[in-house]
Amino acid sequence: MRIVVVSAGLSVPSSTRLLGDRLASAAVAAAGADPADVRVIELRDLAVEIAHTFTNGFPGPALSDAFDAVGGADALIVVTPVFSASYSGLFKSFFDALSSTDTEALTGTPVLIAATGGSARHSLVLDHALRPLFSYLRAVVVPTGVYAASEDWGAEGLDARIGRAAGELVALAAGTSARSLPRQAAPDGAVRAVNGSGAAPGRGASGSAPLPRKDSFENVTPFEERLAALRPGG
Amino acid sequence: MQFGIFSVGDVTPDPTTGRTPTERERIKAMVAIALKAEEVGLDVFATGEHHNPPFVPSSPTTMLGYIAARTERLQLSTSTTLITTNDPVKIAEDYAMLQHLADGRVDLMMGRGNTGPVYPWFGQDIRQGINLAIENYALLHRLWREDVVDWEGRFRSPLQGFTSTPRPLDGVPPFVWHGSIRSPEIAEQAAYYGDGFFHNNIFWPADHTKRMVELYRSRYAHYGHGTPEQAIVGLGGQVFMRKNSQDAVREFRPYFDVAPVYGHGPSLEEFTAQTPLTVGSPQQVIEKTLSFRDYAGDYQRQLFLMDHAGLPLKTVLEQLDLLGEEVVPVLRKEFAKNRPADVPEAPTHASLLGAARKNAAAQEGARA
Repeated sequence: MRIVVVSAGLSVPSSTRLLGDRLASAAVAAAGADPADVRVIELRDLAVEIAHTFTNGFPGPALSDAFDAVGGADALIVVTPVFSASYSGLFKSFFDALSSTDTEALTGTPVLIAATGGSARHSLVLDHALRPLFSYLRAVVVPTGVYAASEDWGAEGLDARIGRAAGELVALAAGTSARSLPRQAAPDGAVRAVNGSGAAPGRGASGSAPLPRKDSFENVTPFEERLAALRPGG
Repeated sequence: MQFGIFSVGDVTPDPTTGRTPTERERIKAMVAIALKAEEVGLDVFATGEHHNPPFVPSSPTTMLGYIAARTERLQLSTSTTLITTNDPVKIAEDYAMLQHLADGRVDLMMGRGNTGPVYPWFGQDIRQGINLAIENYALLHRLWREDVVDWEGRFRSPLQGFTSTPRPLDGVPPFVWHGSIRSPEIAEQAAYYGDGFFHNNIFWPADHTKRMVELYRSRYAHYGHGTPEQAIVGLGGQVFMRKNSQDAVREFRPYFDVAPVYGHGPSLEEFTAQTPLTVGSPQQVIEKTLSFRDYAGDYQRQLFLMDHAGLPLKTVLEQLDLLGEEVVPVLRKEFAKNRPADVPEAPTHASLLGAARKNAAAQEGARA
């Protein structure tokens, strides 16, 4: 199982990164016998390339690599600090840039949402900001989100929430990688053959059943179908 | 292989002087650039089509007709003609007229345009962009090939017994390219008709261009127009040259840094590493351009963007001298090496007319 953590923490060390790491280890533990590998993406390191995506229209090499990792993840853990009562601008910009590059990047991907803040007063950020964002991106959002205020790091309860959320994430990931998303049939091998040389890997290469990643170069509607759809009465 | 230039027609202040050319100056500059292209031995001049400031070329056939009268050899084209918001009937008429005036030196590149408000300004719905491109082109295709057209569609009033005039020169419609940067649907459309596909790769990394071109080539073969290698591919390029590469970088950087599209973004060095932009010596331009073949295969048309970002006319004309004298002759020779004999040249009026006559003779022969 490929687990990818996206952390928008800015300081070093960062409690946002710490929460991401804790969630990832809990997920690895929950995966049990299923071997899991974890990749952490620190948005701080990609901040300039993220900004350039908006000015250029395409991601730079390091960001492109991060997009491939996120798009190919079996389970995604996303953690943001709370800035001005919401996710940070950098966090949102990463997903804006991702979805403008590939609108289907997160379709069907189980996502665990998490946030950190200076006090518990912003804990609903999970449900008023992060959950709708990932619903919009067609991800499957784990029911339990994890919010860690400063005081939670010394209080009881955070461990249990981390464990519950990670368990839910792994269960969803196991469920979604066991089935294959229906894909549109190509008229013959022609379109599919093109993808042999394409760069985008499908999900599930880690040994679970293949869950093909949607890609705009696959499943191109044959032109006759498009013409026919426009005919009067068609 | 054809080499040429394409112009966006932007009116942009020169960042080194702060001076903005007038619309008249910019329009006349575009003409001067086209004439220069012929003078230095380039094959193609293509103009953009835009309907909002800061762009001047809203009426491409007016400009191309004027250039046609002042040139002998230059192929006149567009980059692009808005197939979504122009009435296909008017495109059929305008470009057939231009074809007659220019003695066949005309082709077009269809595009959807990337300025959202143009759709409502021309009474269309942007959400129907792809469908407009498909329906309008299907009609245009018929108007140039059938003398009398009965037609009914979704986006335009029906036609009963309509004849688009003038008929295409010698009964041969202008060759059509379809330009697209991001839409596989358009590569599919170009392949379906056996038309050309132009990928304006100038702001894009090579792997994206490669995938679009591969899709077009394989679908071209699927629709029975030839082998994937015989599909008709065009690419963009963007260069700034001086004999000494450091001079080129020094002179172009102020234009790059504030250029429309990519200005205020990545550094010149990052952008040249990731996209086809080349700022350096003619030799560097030659090397970069030859590398396009590595991912696009043997192709038919290479257009360079030379006049943009506020570069003064004098500089652009100097660039065209370098392009025509030092770069293109080498590119012609190098691209010809190892090019398989069955990879066609870009279609021209003469080649299309020849093919049509051969076809007619073959049919005559079959009947006899």
